[in-house]
Amino acid sequence: MLKISNLQARVESKEILRGINLEIKPGEIHAIMGPNGSGKSTLASVLAGREDYEVTGGTVEFNGKDLLDLAPEERAAEGIFLAFQYPVEIPGVTTINFLKTAINQIRKYHEKEPLDAAQFLKLMKEKAKSVKIDDQLLRRSLNEGFSGGEKKRNEIFQMAMLEPRLGILDETDSGLDIDALKIVADGVNQLRSADRSFIVVTHYQRLLDYIVPDFVHVLYKGRIVKSGTKDLALELEEKGYDWIKSEADALEASMV
Amino acid sequence: MSFQNIQAQFEAEFENIQKNLNGKSGSDFNTIRKESFVKFKQLGIPTVKHEDWKYSNLKNLDNIQFSFNSESNFSKSDLNALPFSSLEGISICFINGVFSEQLSQFGNTPKIKVLTLESAIEQIPDVIENHYGKYIETEKEGLSALNNALSNSGSVIVIDENYVLESPIIIRYISDVKSENIALNIHNLIVLGKHSEAKIVEIFQTDGEKTAFSNLVTEIFVDKEAIAHYYKIQDENDHSYHVGTTQVNQEDKSYFYSATITLNGGFVRNNLNLVLNGQYIDNHMYGLYVPNGKQHVDNHTLVDHKMPNCESNELYKGVLMDSSNGVFNGKIFVREDAQKTNAYQNCRNVITSDRASMNSKPQLEIWADDVKCSHGTTTGKLNDDAIFYMQSRGIPKPEAIRLQLVAFAEDVVSQIKIEELREMLDTMIENKLK
Repeated sequence: MLKISNLQARVESKEILRGINLEIKPGEIHAIMGPNGSGKSTLASVLAGREDYEVTGGTVEFNGKDLLDLAPEERAAEGIFLAFQYPVEIPGVTTINFLKTAINQIRKYHEKEPLDAAQFLKLMKEKAKSVKIDDQLLRRSLNEGFSGGEKKRNEIFQMAMLEPRLGILDETDSGLDIDALKIVADGVNQLRSADRSFIVVTHYQRLLDYIVPDFVHVLYKGRIVKSGTKDLALELEEKGYDWIKSEADALEASMV
Repeated sequence: MSFQNIQAQFEAEFENIQKNLNGKSGSDFNTIRKESFVKFKQLGIPTVKHEDWKYSNLKNLDNIQFSFNSESNFSKSDLNALPFSSLEGISICFINGVFSEQLSQFGNTPKIKVLTLESAIEQIPDVIENHYGKYIETEKEGLSALNNALSNSGSVIVIDENYVLESPIIIRYISDVKSENIALNIHNLIVLGKHSEAKIVEIFQTDGEKTAFSNLVTEIFVDKEAIAHYYKIQDENDHSYHVGTTQVNQEDKSYFYSATITLNGGFVRNNLNLVLNGQYIDNHMYGLYVPNGKQHVDNHTLVDHKMPNCESNELYKGVLMDSSNGVFNGKIFVREDAQKTNAYQNCRNVITSDRASMNSKPQLEIWADDVKCSHGTTTGKLNDDAIFYMQSRGIPKPEAIRLQLVAFAEDVVSQIKIEELREMLDTMIENKLK
C-alpha cells in the first residue's frame, strides 16, 4: 500500500528526515515512536503534503502512485487522512458544511455524483454515533472553542466520514485524559479493516494498549533506528529512549 | 487650483436650478440652497490634505464631463435585468437622480407617507421644517453642502407613531450610464415616529460602463422607542464615484441597526454618522466590503454618545482582493454627560493579494469616566494552517479559500433581517469571492 524509500526532507535549511524506509501493507498498523524532535510529526506532515517541508530526496509510493507528486487534496482523495496533532479552528465553517464539501470534492475527484443533503445527514448520524460525538458539536464552527478532547474526537469522526485507506494519527493521544483516549482508540479500532492501514505517531506507549500495532518503529534524528513488534513499545515504556539513542549514536559514529 | 473643471460644472448646474424655480426662488427652502452653495464654494471638494480624506483621492473627478438629471429611457425590463429587482416591498426608484413614478410602487396610508421631496414640501411642510437638513453637517463637509445646494430630488418617508411596517421600504438608485457620464444629488429624509418600526433598504446600481457621480444624503430621525433597520447595498460599476452620507439622529430608547454592504463600486465613500440624543439608546452598525480590481471603498463612521446609558456596537469586515484599497475610520465620541456608555468597535480585514491595501483607524474620544469602550482592528492574510487543514480533507485550495472568505463575510450578512435580501447577498458574495 505505502512504500517509503530513503525519504529526506528539510524545513528551511534544517534537515529533519534523513532517509526513511518503511513499507506498510493493507490492514497493518504501524506505530512510529521516538523522542521529541526526532521527526515523527514531520513524517506525518510530509505524507499529507504540507508545503512548509521540502522533500530533498527519496520516493513515496501509495497504491502504485507517486504520492509526492500529488497536491494535499489529491492525496486525501486517494485515501490519505492525517489526524492533526493540533486541529485548526475555522470560524464560521461548521463541521457539517466542511465535511459535506470535503466528501463531495473527493467524490468529484473520483467522478462520482455528489451526496445529496439527506444521504449526507444519514451518513453523518451513523458515524457520529459510532465515534460517540454529539450532533450539536458538529453544528458549531469547526473546532472553534472545542476542548482538546473534542477536537481529537472530531478528527476521528472526520476520519470515519472520509473512510481513508491510510489513516495517520499524529500524536492523537497528546493532551487526552484516559476516558477520551479510550473513546478515540475505540473509534480507530472500529475503522480497522483488512484493506485499511494506520500509522500511529506517538511519544508514549499508553495509546498502544488500546490501538495494538503490528509493528513499532523508533525514529531518531530523522531515521528509523529500530523496528520491532508491540513488545518494543513496552520496552521503551520501561527503559525510555536513552539506550536507543546511544546505540544509534554509536552506530552513526562508527560509520563516519 | 484643483477641481476647477468639476466646480464649474456644479456652478452651471446651480444656476440652471435657480433659473427653473418658477417663482419659488424666495422660499425658505431655496434660501438654504443658496447658503449651502456659498458654503460649498468656500469648502470646495475635499482633497487628500483634508484629514478625513487622507486616503481617498477624488482628483480624477476633475477630468470628467457630467450630465445632470439626465433623461433616460430606462424601462421596467431594464430594471428586471438588474440584481435585487425581485426584492419585494414598498419601492421608490430614482433613475439618474430623477424620481421615476413608473418604476416605483407605493401607496400612502394614514400610517405611512412616501413622498417625493417636491410633494413633501407642499404636503407636509411641518415635517420638512422640523427635520429636513437639520441633522446633516454642512459646516465642514463640502460635498454635503453641495448636496444641500443641488439636490432637487429625494424621497421623504414618514412612519406614524406606534406603527410597525412589516414590508421593507426599498429605495433604488439606478444610474443609467450606457451613453453618458451622469452626476446626481439626492437628499432623503426618513422619519420614524415614536414607537414605530421599519426596515429601509437603499440599493445603488449602475447600468452601463460610463461614470456616475452620486452625491447623496439620507437623514434618518428615529424618535423615542422606535426601531429602524437600515441596509445600504452598493453594486455599481468600476468607474463610478459614490459619496453618501447617512445621518442618523436617535432619541431616547430607540434602536438603530444598520448593515452597509459594498459589493462593487469604483470609488466609494460612505459616511455613517449617528448622534445619540437621548438615554438607553442602542445601535448596531455592521459593514462588509469585498473590493477587487482597482476598487476603492472607504467607510467613515461616527457615533456621538451625548447622554448616559447608551450602547453602540460596530463590526466592519473587508475582503480586499487584487489591487483594491480599503479605508475604515471609526470615530466614537463619549461626551462628559454620557456616563455608563458601552461602545464597542471592531474592524477586521483579510487581504488576498500583495497589491491590495487597507488603512484602518479607530478614533475614540472619551470625556466621561464611567464607561466601557473597546476598539480593535486587524488586517491579515488567511491562515495557511487552516487552508492546509481543509486541503488535507480533500478540498482544493481555491475552494478552501473561498469557503473561509464566505464564512468571514457571513458574520455581517447574517445580521440582515430580510431573508430574501440575505439570500441574494449570499449568492452575490459567493460569486464575487470565487
